[in-house]
Amino acid sequence: MSQKMLLNSKEINIILRRLACQLVENHPNFENTVIIGIQPRGVFLANRIIQLLEEEYGFKNIESGQLDITFYRDDFRRSLKPLEANKTKIDFIVEDKQVIFIDDVLYTGRSIRSALTAIQSFGRPKEIELLTLIDRRFSRHLPIQPDYNGRQVDAINDELVKVHWKEIHGEDAVYLLPTAKIEQEAIPQKKDTK
Amino acid sequence: MSELGVNHLLGIKYLKKEDIDLIFKTADHFKEVINRPIKKVPSLRDITIANLFFENSTRTRLSFELAEKRLSADVINFSAASSSVKKGETLIDTVNNILAMKVDMVVIRHPNPGAGIFLSKHVDASIINAGDGTHEHPTQALLDSYSIREKLGEVKGKKVLIVGDIMHSRVALSNIFALKLQGAEVKVCGPKTLIPKYIESLGVTVETNLIKALEWCDVANMLRVQNERMEISYFPTTREYTQQFGLNKQILDSLNKQIVVMHPGPINRGVEITSDVADSKQAIILDQVQNGVAVRMAVIYLLASKINR
Repeated sequence: MSQKMLLNSKEINIILRRLACQLVENHPNFENTVIIGIQPRGVFLANRIIQLLEEEYGFKNIESGQLDITFYRDDFRRSLKPLEANKTKIDFIVEDKQVIFIDDVLYTGRSIRSALTAIQSFGRPKEIELLTLIDRRFSRHLPIQPDYNGRQVDAINDELVKVHWKEIHGEDAVYLLPTAKIEQEAIPQKKDTK
Repeated sequence: MSELGVNHLLGIKYLKKEDIDLIFKTADHFKEVINRPIKKVPSLRDITIANLFFENSTRTRLSFELAEKRLSADVINFSAASSSVKKGETLIDTVNNILAMKVDMVVIRHPNPGAGIFLSKHVDASIINAGDGTHEHPTQALLDSYSIREKLGEVKGKKVLIVGDIMHSRVALSNIFALKLQGAEVKVCGPKTLIPKYIESLGVTVETNLIKALEWCDVANMLRVQNERMEISYFPTTREYTQQFGLNKQILDSLNKQIVVMHPGPINRGVEITSDVADSKQAIILDQVQNGVAVRMAVIYLLASKINR
Protein backbone atom coordinates (compact mmCIF):
# COMPACT_ATOMS: atom_id res chain seq x y z
CA MET A 1 0.00 0.00 0.00
CA SER A 2 1.25 3.44 -0.77
CA GLN A 3 1.93 6.25 1.62
CA LYS A 4 0.02 9.50 1.46
CA MET A 5 1.73 12.85 1.73
CA LEU A 6 0.03 15.07 4.31
CA LEU A 7 2.36 18.07 4.11
CA ASN A 8 4.99 18.98 1.59
CA SER A 9 8.11 21.04 2.09
CA LYS A 10 6.42 24.35 1.28
CA GLU A 11 3.52 23.73 3.64
CA ILE A 12 5.87 22.70 6.45
CA ASN A 13 7.87 25.87 5.91
CA ILE A 14 4.75 28.04 6.23
CA ILE A 15 3.65 26.18 9.36
CA LEU A 16 7.10 26.51 10.99
CA ARG A 17 7.04 30.26 10.41
CA ARG A 18 3.57 30.53 11.90
CA LEU A 19 4.64 28.49 14.96
CA ALA A 20 7.72 30.68 15.43
CA CYS A 21 5.48 33.73 15.14
CA GLN A 22 3.09 32.43 17.78
CA LEU A 23 6.00 31.72 20.12
CA VAL A 24 7.27 35.28 19.76
CA GLU A 25 3.77 36.57 20.48
CA ASN A 26 3.74 34.84 23.87
CA HIS A 27 7.44 35.15 24.67
CA PRO A 28 8.44 38.60 23.46
CA ASN A 29 12.04 38.47 24.65
CA PHE A 30 12.84 34.80 25.42
CA GLU A 31 14.79 35.92 28.47
CA ASN A 32 13.27 33.46 30.88
CA THR A 33 12.15 30.93 28.28
CA VAL A 34 13.91 27.70 27.37
CA ILE A 35 13.21 25.41 24.45
CA ILE A 36 13.41 21.67 25.04
CA GLY A 37 13.34 19.25 22.10
CA ILE A 38 12.02 15.81 22.99
CA GLN A 39 14.41 13.08 21.82
CA PRO A 40 14.74 11.73 19.27
CA ARG A 41 12.52 13.38 16.65
CA GLY A 42 11.42 16.51 18.47
CA VAL A 43 15.00 17.75 18.38
CA PHE A 44 14.93 18.36 14.61
CA LEU A 45 11.79 20.46 14.93
CA ALA A 46 13.24 22.34 17.91
CA ASN A 47 16.40 23.16 15.96
CA ARG A 48 14.34 24.48 13.02
CA ILE A 49 12.23 26.66 15.28
CA ILE A 50 15.31 28.04 17.05
CA GLN A 51 16.94 28.71 13.68
CA LEU A 52 13.87 30.67 12.55
CA LEU A 53 13.72 32.64 15.79
CA GLU A 54 17.37 33.59 15.41
CA GLU A 55 17.33 34.36 11.70
CA GLU A 56 13.93 35.98 11.32
CA TYR A 57 13.47 37.64 14.67
CA GLY A 58 17.07 38.33 15.63
CA PHE A 59 17.01 36.51 18.96
CA LYS A 60 20.45 35.49 20.14
CA ASN A 61 21.49 32.71 22.48
CA ILE A 62 18.09 31.17 23.09
CA GLU A 63 18.60 28.60 25.83
CA SER A 64 17.77 25.15 24.55
CA GLY A 65 18.23 21.52 25.45
CA GLN A 66 17.38 17.98 24.48
CA LEU A 67 15.41 15.73 26.76
CA ASP A 68 15.41 11.96 26.51
CA ILE A 69 12.40 10.30 28.12
CA THR A 70 13.39 6.64 27.80
CA PHE A 71 13.97 6.05 31.51
CA TYR A 72 10.67 7.78 32.37
CA ARG A 73 8.39 5.88 30.00
CA ASP A 74 5.47 3.90 31.37
CA ASP A 75 5.91 1.00 28.96
CA PHE A 76 9.27 -0.29 30.27
CA ARG A 77 9.15 -4.12 29.90
CA ARG A 78 5.77 -3.79 28.15
CA SER A 79 6.73 -2.72 24.65
CA LEU A 80 7.69 -5.31 22.07
CA LYS A 81 10.99 -3.72 21.23
CA PRO A 82 13.63 -3.01 23.90
CA LEU A 83 13.75 0.72 24.53
CA GLU A 84 16.88 2.49 23.43
CA ALA A 85 17.96 5.66 25.16
CA ASN A 86 19.10 8.88 23.53
CA LYS A 87 21.19 11.69 24.86
CA THR A 88 19.81 14.22 27.30
CA LYS A 89 21.58 17.54 27.08
CA ILE A 90 20.30 20.20 29.44
CA ASP A 91 23.12 22.33 30.81
CA PHE A 92 20.95 24.57 32.95
CA ILE A 93 18.38 24.42 35.72
CA VAL A 94 14.78 25.03 34.65
CA GLU A 95 13.78 26.37 38.08
CA ASP A 96 11.22 29.17 37.62
CA LYS A 97 11.68 29.21 33.85
CA GLN A 98 9.10 29.05 31.11
CA VAL A 99 9.71 25.76 29.32
CA ILE A 100 8.53 25.00 25.80
CA PHE A 101 8.47 21.29 24.93
CA ILE A 102 8.81 20.59 21.23
CA ASP A 103 7.90 17.26 19.63
CA ASP A 104 7.03 16.36 16.07
CA VAL A 105 3.87 14.27 16.55
CA LEU A 106 1.47 14.31 19.50
CA TYR A 107 -0.31 10.97 19.54
CA THR A 108 -1.27 9.17 22.78
CA GLY A 109 0.27 11.86 24.97
CA ARG A 110 2.35 9.31 26.86
CA SER A 111 5.69 10.70 25.64
CA ILE A 112 4.75 14.15 26.89
CA ARG A 113 3.56 12.65 30.19
CA SER A 114 7.03 11.09 30.54
CA ALA A 115 8.69 14.37 29.56
CA LEU A 116 6.72 16.19 32.24
CA THR A 117 8.14 13.79 34.83
CA ALA A 118 11.65 13.89 33.36
CA ILE A 119 11.95 17.66 33.35
CA GLN A 120 11.39 17.71 37.11
CA SER A 121 14.92 16.34 37.50
CA PHE A 122 16.15 19.73 36.35
CA GLY A 123 14.10 21.87 38.70
CA ARG A 124 10.57 23.23 39.02
CA PRO A 125 9.61 25.20 35.92
CA LYS A 126 7.30 28.17 36.23
CA GLU A 127 5.26 26.97 33.29
CA ILE A 128 5.45 24.32 30.59
CA GLU A 129 3.99 24.70 27.10
CA LEU A 130 3.83 22.20 24.27
CA LEU A 131 4.50 22.80 20.59
CA THR A 132 3.87 20.05 18.04
CA LEU A 133 3.94 19.91 14.27
CA ILE A 134 1.24 17.24 14.01
CA ASP A 135 -1.59 16.70 16.48
CA ARG A 136 -3.28 13.34 16.01
CA ARG A 137 -6.47 14.31 17.75
CA PHE A 138 -8.93 11.61 18.87
CA SER A 139 -5.96 9.33 19.67
CA ARG A 140 -5.15 10.64 23.11
CA HIS A 141 -4.80 8.34 26.14
CA LEU A 142 -4.17 11.23 28.51
CA PRO A 143 -5.54 14.73 28.99
CA ILE A 144 -2.68 16.50 27.19
CA GLN A 145 -3.15 19.12 24.45
CA PRO A 146 -0.68 21.24 22.49
CA ASP A 147 -0.42 25.01 23.04
CA TYR A 148 1.03 25.56 19.58
CA ASN A 149 -0.06 23.22 16.86
CA GLY A 150 1.05 22.85 13.24
CA ARG A 151 -1.66 20.69 11.73
CA GLN A 152 -4.38 18.48 13.15
CA VAL A 153 -4.62 15.05 11.61
CA ASP A 154 -7.41 12.53 11.98
CA ALA A 155 -5.72 9.19 11.57
CA ILE A 156 -6.91 5.81 12.77
CA ASN A 157 -4.78 3.86 15.20
CA ASP A 158 -3.32 1.46 12.63
CA GLU A 159 -1.93 4.34 10.64
CA LEU A 160 1.42 5.94 11.27
CA VAL A 161 2.26 9.60 10.82
CA LYS A 162 5.91 9.98 9.89
CA VAL A 163 7.72 13.30 9.72
CA HIS A 164 10.73 13.52 7.41
CA TRP A 165 13.40 16.18 7.89
CA LYS A 166 15.85 17.45 5.34
CA GLU A 167 18.72 16.90 7.75
CA ILE A 168 18.27 13.13 7.89
CA HIS A 169 15.77 12.06 5.23
CA GLY A 170 16.78 14.52 2.53
CA GLU A 171 13.36 16.19 2.35
CA ASP A 172 10.82 17.98 4.52
CA ALA A 173 7.52 16.11 4.38
CA VAL A 174 4.84 14.49 6.51
CA TYR A 175 3.49 11.12 5.41
CA LEU A 176 0.58 8.98 6.47
CA LEU A 177 1.56 5.33 6.31
CA PRO A 178 -1.36 2.90 6.01
CA THR A 179 -0.30 0.13 8.39
CA ALA A 180 1.83 1.25 11.24
CA LYS A 181 5.08 -0.40 11.86
CA ILE A 182 4.96 -0.46 15.63
CA GLU A 183 7.24 2.38 16.49
CA GLN A 184 8.03 4.13 19.73
CA GLU A 185 4.76 6.03 20.02
CA ALA A 186 2.52 3.22 18.87
CA ILE A 187 0.48 1.09 21.24
CA PRO A 188 2.04 -2.28 21.92
CA GLN A 189 0.00 -5.10 20.40
CA LYS A 190 0.75 -7.43 23.27
CA LYS A 191 -2.10 -6.63 25.60
CA ASP A 192 -2.23 -6.84 29.36
CA THR A 193 1.34 -7.93 29.83
CA LYS A 194 2.50 -7.74 33.36
CA MET B 1 21.76 -4.06 19.24
CA SER B 2 19.63 -2.90 22.10
CA GLU B 3 19.31 -5.98 24.26
CA LEU B 4 21.82 -8.05 26.22
CA GLY B 5 22.56 -11.55 25.00
CA VAL B 6 22.34 -12.91 28.56
CA ASN B 7 19.63 -13.05 31.24
CA HIS B 8 22.08 -12.99 34.16
CA LEU B 9 25.44 -11.32 34.68
CA LEU B 10 27.43 -14.23 36.07
CA GLY B 11 30.80 -13.39 34.60
CA ILE B 12 32.48 -11.53 31.77
CA LYS B 13 33.21 -14.96 30.29
CA TYR B 14 29.57 -15.20 29.19
CA LEU B 15 29.41 -11.78 27.53
CA LYS B 16 30.07 -10.79 23.95
CA LYS B 17 31.79 -7.63 22.77
CA GLU B 18 28.37 -6.22 21.73
CA ASP B 19 27.03 -6.75 25.26
CA ILE B 20 29.87 -4.70 26.71
CA ASP B 21 29.32 -1.97 24.11
CA LEU B 22 25.62 -1.83 24.97
CA ILE B 23 26.34 -1.67 28.71
CA PHE B 24 28.80 1.21 28.18
CA LYS B 25 26.42 3.10 25.89
CA THR B 26 23.66 2.78 28.47
CA ALA B 27 26.07 3.73 31.27
CA ASP B 28 26.87 6.97 29.41
CA HIS B 29 23.23 7.96 29.76
CA PHE B 30 23.14 7.04 33.43
CA LYS B 31 26.34 8.92 34.10
CA GLU B 32 24.53 12.02 32.84
CA VAL B 33 21.56 11.14 35.09
CA ILE B 34 23.66 10.83 38.27
CA ASN B 35 25.16 14.24 37.64
CA ARG B 36 21.75 15.95 37.55
CA PRO B 37 20.32 17.90 40.47
CA ILE B 38 17.81 15.06 40.91
CA LYS B 39 19.76 11.90 40.32
CA LYS B 40 16.94 9.49 39.93
CA VAL B 41 14.81 7.91 37.18
CA PRO B 42 11.58 5.96 37.71
CA SER B 43 12.33 3.09 35.27
CA LEU B 44 12.45 0.21 37.73
CA ARG B 45 9.67 1.21 40.08
CA ASP B 46 7.99 -2.20 39.71
CA ILE B 47 11.16 -4.23 40.31
CA THR B 48 12.40 -5.55 43.64
CA ILE B 49 16.05 -6.41 44.07
CA ALA B 50 17.69 -8.39 46.87
CA ASN B 51 21.33 -7.74 47.68
CA LEU B 52 22.69 -10.92 49.21
CA PHE B 53 26.13 -10.43 50.65
CA PHE B 54 27.65 -13.57 52.11
CA GLU B 55 31.01 -11.83 52.28
CA ASN B 56 32.10 -8.43 53.52
CA SER B 57 31.89 -5.47 51.19
CA THR B 58 31.53 -1.72 51.50
CA ARG B 59 32.10 -0.20 48.10
CA THR B 60 30.38 -2.81 45.95
CA ARG B 61 27.34 -3.09 48.21
CA LEU B 62 26.87 0.65 48.50
CA SER B 63 27.42 1.06 44.78
CA PHE B 64 24.82 -1.58 43.92
CA GLU B 65 22.36 -0.22 46.44
CA LEU B 66 22.77 3.30 45.15
CA ALA B 67 22.43 2.14 41.53
CA GLU B 68 19.21 0.30 42.40
CA LYS B 69 17.78 3.28 44.24
CA ARG B 70 18.71 5.68 41.46
CA LEU B 71 16.61 3.46 39.19
CA SER B 72 13.72 3.54 41.71
CA ALA B 73 13.81 -0.20 42.39
CA ASP B 74 12.75 -1.52 45.78
CA VAL B 75 15.76 -2.87 47.61
CA ILE B 76 16.24 -5.39 50.37
CA ASN B 77 19.61 -6.07 51.91
CA PHE B 78 20.89 -9.20 53.49
CA SER B 79 24.22 -9.93 55.04
CA ALA B 80 25.20 -13.40 56.07
CA ALA B 81 26.56 -12.36 59.43
CA SER B 82 23.10 -11.54 60.80
CA SER B 83 21.00 -14.19 59.05
CA SER B 84 19.69 -17.73 59.30
CA VAL B 85 22.68 -18.92 57.30
CA LYS B 86 24.31 -19.08 60.70
CA LYS B 87 21.57 -21.53 61.74
CA GLY B 88 22.50 -23.88 58.91
CA GLU B 89 20.16 -22.88 56.07
CA THR B 90 21.36 -23.82 52.57
CA LEU B 91 21.98 -21.22 49.86
CA ILE B 92 19.05 -22.37 47.69
CA ASP B 93 16.68 -22.36 50.67
CA THR B 94 17.78 -18.91 51.73
CA VAL B 95 17.34 -17.51 48.23
CA ASN B 96 14.03 -19.27 47.55
CA ASN B 97 12.64 -17.89 50.77
CA ILE B 98 13.63 -14.41 49.71
CA LEU B 99 12.18 -14.95 46.24
CA ALA B 100 8.90 -16.13 47.79
CA MET B 101 8.52 -12.53 48.86
CA LYS B 102 8.31 -11.63 45.15
CA VAL B 103 11.83 -10.50 44.38
CA ASP B 104 12.77 -10.10 40.70
CA MET B 105 16.52 -9.81 40.81
CA VAL B 106 19.32 -11.02 43.07
CA VAL B 107 22.74 -9.45 43.48
CA ILE B 108 24.96 -11.99 45.16
CA ARG B 109 28.43 -11.92 46.65
CA HIS B 110 29.62 -15.23 47.95
CA PRO B 111 32.97 -16.70 49.05
CA ASN B 112 32.50 -19.80 46.88
CA PRO B 113 33.41 -19.61 43.18
CA GLY B 114 30.39 -20.40 41.01
CA ALA B 115 27.76 -19.48 43.63
CA GLY B 116 25.99 -17.18 41.15
CA ILE B 117 26.06 -19.76 38.37
CA PHE B 118 24.67 -22.38 40.73
CA LEU B 119 21.85 -20.07 41.80
CA SER B 120 20.97 -19.11 38.23
CA LYS B 121 20.30 -22.79 37.50
CA HIS B 122 18.06 -23.34 40.50
CA VAL B 123 16.07 -20.20 41.16
CA ASP B 124 13.72 -18.09 39.08
CA ALA B 125 15.26 -14.62 39.17
CA SER B 126 17.84 -12.56 37.34
CA ILE B 127 21.21 -13.03 39.02
CA ILE B 128 24.05 -10.53 39.13
CA ASN B 129 27.36 -11.81 40.41
CA ALA B 130 28.93 -9.22 42.70
CA GLY B 131 32.01 -11.38 43.28
CA ASP B 132 32.17 -15.13 43.77
CA GLY B 133 35.28 -16.17 45.67
CA THR B 134 38.38 -16.13 43.51
CA HIS B 135 36.37 -16.54 40.30
CA GLU B 136 34.79 -13.39 38.78
CA HIS B 137 33.71 -9.89 39.68
CA PRO B 138 32.13 -8.79 36.40
CA THR B 139 30.81 -5.36 37.36
CA GLN B 140 34.23 -4.32 38.68
CA ALA B 141 35.84 -5.31 35.38
CA LEU B 142 33.16 -3.43 33.46
CA LEU B 143 33.64 -0.27 35.46
CA ASP B 144 37.42 -0.58 35.11
CA SER B 145 37.14 -0.82 31.32
CA TYR B 146 34.57 1.97 31.30
CA SER B 147 36.97 4.19 33.23
CA ILE B 148 39.82 3.40 30.80
CA ARG B 149 37.49 4.18 27.88
CA GLU B 150 36.51 7.45 29.52
CA LYS B 151 40.11 8.45 30.25
CA LEU B 152 41.83 7.24 27.08
CA GLY B 153 39.02 7.28 24.51
CA GLU B 154 38.91 3.57 23.88
CA VAL B 155 40.05 0.27 25.32
CA LYS B 156 41.07 -1.34 22.02
CA GLY B 157 44.81 -1.42 21.50
CA LYS B 158 45.62 -0.09 24.98
CA LYS B 159 48.29 -1.80 27.06
CA VAL B 160 46.95 -2.68 30.48
CA LEU B 161 49.09 -3.99 33.31
CA ILE B 162 47.56 -5.80 36.27
CA VAL B 163 49.86 -5.92 39.28
CA GLY B 164 49.59 -8.02 42.41
CA ASP B 165 47.87 -11.13 43.58
CA ILE B 166 46.64 -12.52 40.27
CA MET B 167 45.94 -15.95 41.69
CA HIS B 168 43.33 -14.99 44.26
CA SER B 169 41.93 -12.02 42.41
CA ARG B 170 38.48 -12.21 40.84
CA VAL B 171 39.07 -8.62 39.73
CA ALA B 172 42.12 -9.75 37.74
CA LEU B 173 40.31 -12.64 36.05
CA SER B 174 37.25 -10.60 35.08
CA ASN B 175 39.48 -7.76 33.91
CA ILE B 176 41.53 -10.10 31.74
CA PHE B 177 38.35 -11.44 30.07
CA ALA B 178 36.89 -7.96 29.61
CA LEU B 179 40.07 -6.35 28.30
CA LYS B 180 40.88 -9.16 25.88
CA LEU B 181 37.30 -9.10 24.57
CA GLN B 182 37.67 -5.41 23.78
CA GLY B 183 41.02 -5.86 22.06
CA ALA B 184 43.41 -4.55 24.71
CA GLU B 185 46.82 -6.04 25.43
CA VAL B 186 47.15 -7.38 28.94
CA LYS B 187 50.23 -8.10 31.05
CA VAL B 188 50.26 -9.35 34.62
CA CYS B 189 52.97 -8.68 37.15
CA GLY B 190 53.47 -9.99 40.66
CA PRO B 191 55.35 -12.48 42.79
CA LYS B 192 55.73 -15.77 40.91
CA THR B 193 53.93 -17.54 43.72
CA LEU B 194 50.83 -15.45 43.05
CA ILE B 195 50.72 -15.88 39.27
CA PRO B 196 48.76 -18.96 38.18
CA LYS B 197 50.70 -21.45 36.10
CA TYR B 198 48.44 -21.40 33.05
CA ILE B 199 47.66 -17.68 33.02
CA GLU B 200 49.32 -17.31 29.60
CA SER B 201 46.64 -19.54 28.09
CA LEU B 202 44.26 -16.60 28.58
CA GLY B 203 46.34 -14.60 26.13
CA VAL B 204 48.18 -12.45 28.65
CA THR B 205 51.92 -12.04 29.14
CA VAL B 206 53.79 -12.26 32.42
CA GLU B 207 56.49 -9.93 33.73
CA THR B 208 58.05 -10.12 37.18
CA ASN B 209 59.96 -6.86 37.01
CA LEU B 210 57.63 -4.03 37.94
CA ILE B 211 59.66 -1.23 36.35
CA LYS B 212 59.88 -3.04 33.00
CA ALA B 213 56.18 -3.75 33.11
CA LEU B 214 55.33 -0.13 33.93
CA GLU B 215 57.50 1.10 31.06
CA TRP B 216 55.39 -1.05 28.74
CA CYS B 217 51.90 -0.10 29.88
CA ASP B 218 49.37 2.71 29.32
CA VAL B 219 47.34 1.76 32.37
CA ALA B 220 48.43 0.07 35.60
CA ASN B 221 45.75 -1.59 37.70
CA MET B 222 47.26 -2.12 41.16
CA LEU B 223 45.44 -4.91 42.98
CA ARG B 224 45.05 -5.17 46.70
CA VAL B 225 47.10 -7.73 48.57
CA GLN B 226 44.35 -10.05 49.81
CA ASN B 227 45.71 -11.36 53.08
CA GLU B 228 42.32 -12.88 53.92
CA ARG B 229 42.51 -15.30 50.98
CA MET B 230 46.04 -16.48 51.71
CA GLU B 231 46.17 -19.47 54.00
CA ILE B 232 49.90 -19.81 53.56
CA SER B 233 52.57 -17.22 52.99
CA TYR B 234 53.11 -16.45 49.30
CA PHE B 235 55.79 -13.85 49.89
CA PRO B 236 58.18 -13.39 52.82
CA THR B 237 56.91 -10.09 54.21
CA THR B 238 54.58 -7.26 53.22
CA ARG B 239 57.62 -4.99 53.28
CA GLU B 240 59.39 -7.10 50.72
CA TYR B 241 56.26 -7.14 48.54
CA THR B 242 56.12 -3.36 48.68
CA GLN B 243 59.79 -3.07 47.74
CA GLN B 244 59.33 -5.23 44.66
CA PHE B 245 55.76 -4.60 43.54
CA GLY B 246 54.63 -1.44 45.28
CA LEU B 247 54.12 1.70 43.20
CA ASN B 248 55.48 4.93 44.62
CA LYS B 249 55.77 8.47 43.28
CA GLN B 250 59.47 8.08 42.58
CA ILE B 251 58.86 5.15 40.24
CA LEU B 252 55.86 6.85 38.65
CA ASP B 253 57.84 10.02 37.91
CA SER B 254 60.82 8.08 36.54
CA LEU B 255 58.73 6.55 33.72
CA ASN B 256 59.08 8.08 30.29
CA LYS B 257 55.31 8.56 29.91
CA GLN B 258 52.25 9.43 31.98
CA ILE B 259 50.45 6.24 32.79
CA VAL B 260 46.96 5.94 34.28
CA VAL B 261 46.86 4.37 37.74
CA MET B 262 43.85 2.35 38.85
CA HIS B 263 42.96 0.47 42.01
CA PRO B 264 39.78 -1.51 42.70
CA GLY B 265 39.85 -0.59 46.39
CA PRO B 266 40.06 -0.88 49.29
CA ILE B 267 43.61 0.47 49.18
CA ASN B 268 46.28 -0.74 51.54
CA ARG B 269 48.06 2.60 51.53
CA GLY B 270 51.80 2.11 51.61
CA VAL B 271 51.58 -1.52 50.48
CA GLU B 272 50.56 -1.80 46.81
CA ILE B 273 50.56 1.95 46.22
CA THR B 274 51.71 4.86 48.32
CA SER B 275 49.40 7.69 49.35
CA ASP B 276 51.00 10.23 47.04
CA VAL B 277 50.34 7.95 44.05
CA ALA B 278 46.79 7.17 45.14
CA ASP B 279 46.03 10.87 45.49
CA SER B 280 47.93 11.97 42.38
CA LYS B 281 46.36 13.30 39.18
CA GLN B 282 47.31 10.15 37.33
CA ALA B 283 45.16 8.02 39.63
CA ILE B 284 41.53 7.59 38.56
CA ILE B 285 40.51 5.62 41.63
CA LEU B 286 37.61 7.88 42.59
CA ASP B 287 36.44 8.10 38.96
CA GLN B 288 36.25 4.33 39.06
CA VAL B 289 33.96 4.55 42.07
CA GLN B 290 31.68 7.09 40.40
CA ASN B 291 31.58 5.10 37.17
CA GLY B 292 30.73 2.02 39.23
CA VAL B 293 27.29 3.40 39.99
CA ALA B 294 26.58 4.30 36.35
CA VAL B 295 27.81 0.94 35.04
CA ARG B 296 25.81 -0.99 37.64
CA MET B 297 22.71 1.05 36.78
CA ALA B 298 23.22 0.07 33.14
CA VAL B 299 23.61 -3.63 33.97
CA ILE B 300 20.56 -3.67 36.25
CA TYR B 301 18.45 -1.68 33.77
CA LEU B 302 19.36 -3.91 30.83
CA LEU B 303 18.77 -7.13 32.76
CA ALA B 304 15.51 -5.83 34.22
CA SER B 305 14.22 -4.99 30.74
CA LYS B 306 14.40 -8.71 29.96
CA ILE B 307 12.32 -9.86 32.93
CA ASN B 308 8.95 -11.31 31.84
CA ARG B 309 9.39 -10.34 28.23
